[in-house]
Amino acid sequence: MINAQMQSAKEFLRLLSRESGISGNEAPVAALVRAEFQLLSDEVYTDTFGNIYALKKGSKNSSRIMLAAHMDEIGLIVHKIDERGFLRFISIAGIDPKILLSQEVIVHGRRQIPGIIGSIPPHLLAEGDSDKAVKMEDMAVDVGLSAEMVHKVIQVGDVISLQRDSCELLNNIVAGKSFDDRAGVVALKICLEELSHLHHSHDVIAVATTQEEVGIRGAQTSAYSLVPDMAIVVEVAHGCTPDTKGQVNLELGKGPSVALGPNVHPAIYQHISETALLQRLPMQIEPLPGASGTDAWAIQVSQAGIPTGLVSIPLRYMHTSVETLNMQDVLNCGKLLAYAIASLPDDLEGLLCY
Amino acid sequence: MLLKTLSELNGTSGDETTVRNLLSAEIKPYVEKIVIDKLGNLIAFKNQKFSGPKVLITAHMDEVALMIMAITNEGFLKFKPVGGIDPRILVSKTVRIGADLTGVIGAKAIHLQKLPERQKACTYDQLYIDIGAQSKEEAAGKVKVGDYAYFVTACEPFGEGLYKGKAFDDRIGCAILVELLKQEYDFPLVAAFTVQEEVGLRGAKVAAYQIEPDFAIVVEGTIAADVMERAEEEWVTELGKGPACSIVDRTTLYSPKLIQYVAELARRKNIPLQLRRGSSGGNDAGRIHITKTGIPTVSLSVPCRYIHSYVSVINEKDFKACGDLVLALMRNLPPITNYPAKTREDY
Amino acid sequence: MLDKSDIINLDYSLLSTLTQLFGPSGFEEEVAQYISAQLQPHSDKISIDTLGNLIVRRRGPGKRILVASHMDQIGIIVTNIDKEGFLRFSILGSMAITALNKKRIKFRNGRIGVIGVEKLEKVADLKLEKFYIDIGASSREEAGNAVQIGDSAVLVGDFIEAGSRIISKAFDDRLGCFIAIEALKRVKTDHELAFVFTVQEEVGARGAQTAAYALDPDLALAVDVTATGDTPKAQQMSVELGKGAGIKVFDRSLVTSPQIKRWMADVATNKKIPFQWEVLEFGGTDSGAINLTKAGIPAGVISVPIRYLHSPAEMADKKDVEAAVDLLVALLESPAEL
Repeated sequence: MINAQMQSAKEFLRLLSRESGISGNEAPVAALVRAEFQLLSDEVYTDTFGNIYALKKGSKNSSRIMLAAHMDEIGLIVHKIDERGFLRFISIAGIDPKILLSQEVIVHGRRQIPGIIGSIPPHLLAEGDSDKAVKMEDMAVDVGLSAEMVHKVIQVGDVISLQRDSCELLNNIVAGKSFDDRAGVVALKICLEELSHLHHSHDVIAVATTQEEVGIRGAQTSAYSLVPDMAIVVEVAHGCTPDTKGQVNLELGKGPSVALGPNVHPAIYQHISETALLQRLPMQIEPLPGASGTDAWAIQVSQAGIPTGLVSIPLRYMHTSVETLNMQDVLNCGKLLAYAIASLPDDLEGLLCY
Repeated sequence: MLLKTLSELNGTSGDETTVRNLLSAEIKPYVEKIVIDKLGNLIAFKNQKFSGPKVLITAHMDEVALMIMAITNEGFLKFKPVGGIDPRILVSKTVRIGADLTGVIGAKAIHLQKLPERQKACTYDQLYIDIGAQSKEEAAGKVKVGDYAYFVTACEPFGEGLYKGKAFDDRIGCAILVELLKQEYDFPLVAAFTVQEEVGLRGAKVAAYQIEPDFAIVVEGTIAADVMERAEEEWVTELGKGPACSIVDRTTLYSPKLIQYVAELARRKNIPLQLRRGSSGGNDAGRIHITKTGIPTVSLSVPCRYIHSYVSVINEKDFKACGDLVLALMRNLPPITNYPAKTREDY
Repeated sequence: MLDKSDIINLDYSLLSTLTQLFGPSGFEEEVAQYISAQLQPHSDKISIDTLGNLIVRRRGPGKRILVASHMDQIGIIVTNIDKEGFLRFSILGSMAITALNKKRIKFRNGRIGVIGVEKLEKVADLKLEKFYIDIGASSREEAGNAVQIGDSAVLVGDFIEAGSRIISKAFDDRLGCFIAIEALKRVKTDHELAFVFTVQEEVGARGAQTAAYALDPDLALAVDVTATGDTPKAQQMSVELGKGAGIKVFDRSLVTSPQIKRWMADVATNKKIPFQWEVLEFGGTDSGAINLTKAGIPAGVISVPIRYLHSPAEMADKKDVEAAVDLLVALLESPAEL
């Protein structure tokens, strides 16, 4: 059973990761999310922003709990097509130009067109050139087509996604693109699965949000239209690597991190960490002194204010095409959410009052 | 003195409980109803049954402080600021964590610093709190990651007619609001003691959304840089010249008509007033004035020297005059054009 | 195909007047009054809201469509007057400070000043704090009689026609206002229209935010200006002057939804209106704020290409202006079924 769940979670993440869904252009990945959520909830619907809502009714449906993970990914957009048919581009969200050299991409034109972000061969570099990072404005996508053909199939404004199939490393550790925050979407799936054999009195609405990477936009509008009594956001958080010691203290495989600080309602933090203790699920603490930079930041101040929590999956090399995480953390994250929701009192108001 | 008590309480963004509890007890006899909303804003109502435009007065409860991010293997505490703090002010200070744990922020002794090191300021990456623990385990027994560390500064009279202390931004506004709530008014009044101003004006956003006032007055502590060799044009405000009325800052362009109204009122009532110079900073007005269909908003502040630091300084006369001016403004409300509120079809 | 004889005669003297009206962010009253008078005969209701947005309504049974163009322009605000009568200031909006040096500046009361800069040790020292305004006064009192702390001013820049090109200050976004005015005069539609001439766009689309909240439309279009990449060694960008109206794909405030893009491009193509796709690396428009209002409002942008943005000598091409008017009218007259 455990293995079956792990296998299906891995497979779902693999599919989600490979699919494109750049901020504002989430349709391809959204179709996968919709199909999966339909199997696990009572009702699935979409809004004008492209957010996907999956409602799982509670036994008393007294209050509404929103869960959110964003499905959009960072990417590039065609900015100019030059005379020879090379595509100049800018980034749609925070991409480090350093990861782009010698990277395969897909240009989403009239059809999907494979491309390469080229590099100058070392033979042609002058002494010292390779010490400098290449700027995005000095890069181009080569699609190998004549300029005439390029203009037929590609136009300014077409988006470009990175090409990467995810892969499995040792110890249930997997690597790929867009795990930020498709791993969160997988955790939502696990949570919905678990909830189907747990008793929960409140309605749960799992939302796969859009446009997080360009300024937390889908979460803002979806929280406004849902007005939940409580919200928990599932994100990824920086995991420890040799070059981040001291800056970061979350480790892969030690469980999801539960955030605390101004962005988080103290009672929600308390409830989730007590649940972890009770259910013997591993968790780590993520202190956040200010802006979390996640959907939670927008949801918390929607309308008259929404009590919000934040649970994250530790992940290395964020915003690269080899984001790396431990699948066990994803599973544990989904379970922790499910148990935390199932053990909420009927009177949420009482739990959440200061 | 209420200001002293408030200044010495600890409460940063997300940790306003102590301040909220004290304020709630202070204002209870003077208001009809107290609500604590979903973010922790303390909202007090007077004259709920009265007709006429609803007036909101606000001050924020949170102060800047530090958050413990990690415990090192040796038992030292790594931290980050909650709100904007210049790391250069932190070296060689004491801090309080929780009720009774004290720590110090040290630095490498000058003797051990090489010349280039001496010329560089310490960054957050280099700083840590020493609580005297001998191991990670011992420290972890006393402190949790996510705990807050606060400055330890007594609020006391200082120089001629001044006070020094921490957290005047914005406990001074809180103190003024408490006094104002003791008075009677002939319109519905709401006072909001907001949370999370220092991390992005977040409490005020949801407070204004649910209160829907017709007019708002933000009472603040603001920058006074009237010190040393700084040129006069960089002062922003000056101690002893009365409260400051905001004209422009990073978050709000204040209505010229309202500014003029306040300036004339102050002249008429013989209350000293200065216009806040420069456009740096921002406060709760930034969220309030663009809430829903827009809310006319005025910002009146007490000038504070060395704001956002371990010890700041205010002038008692400015403190009193600021309260007087807000009271005068509430006794003589400006014409309020957006009352009664319009529906979508009225536009 | 549109009847071109209807469209070609745009009243550029109206545009000239609009560009010379005084209206930095927060001080848009004069512009609002002027536009209000222009549109009186073409509307069912005109009102001004709390922040100062001018809202011009035309009733109808169809879709509720908001059209936004902003009245405010980049300006400066006086923050201090020194003993010798020199003024210090902050910028309202964002502007390269290098564009300020030794320029003329005009206050609402007509007073002219010159922007000067302190002696610099090196060019890198050039910061806003180093600038001052000289209004020809020699004491604080004399200066105070003409200008007060909190007063605002704008750079001087006349309206000039140069063939099909036009040059002026404040095309950002009086050109958008002009296009909206000309479109409202011409449009015949069943849709319920709210033309909003917004305030405080340059400081963060604040007016659009409250107006969109109040009006709660089904759909919104902003008309604003954009940069170009067609000058010598310019910032890379595909937009060119004279190649038609821009349809926004992306900027820092908005990713236009695929449905809106398709609708705008289909209408333009059907009506043979020249258009170009616009991807702007920096900046945003009112549509970004409107898009995020309440539960989300579908929004698009018609952009007019401009060279030398945020300067007193912005340059546009009449062909693009005409295409933008055509496109706005055509969009508002289309079924707008998305």
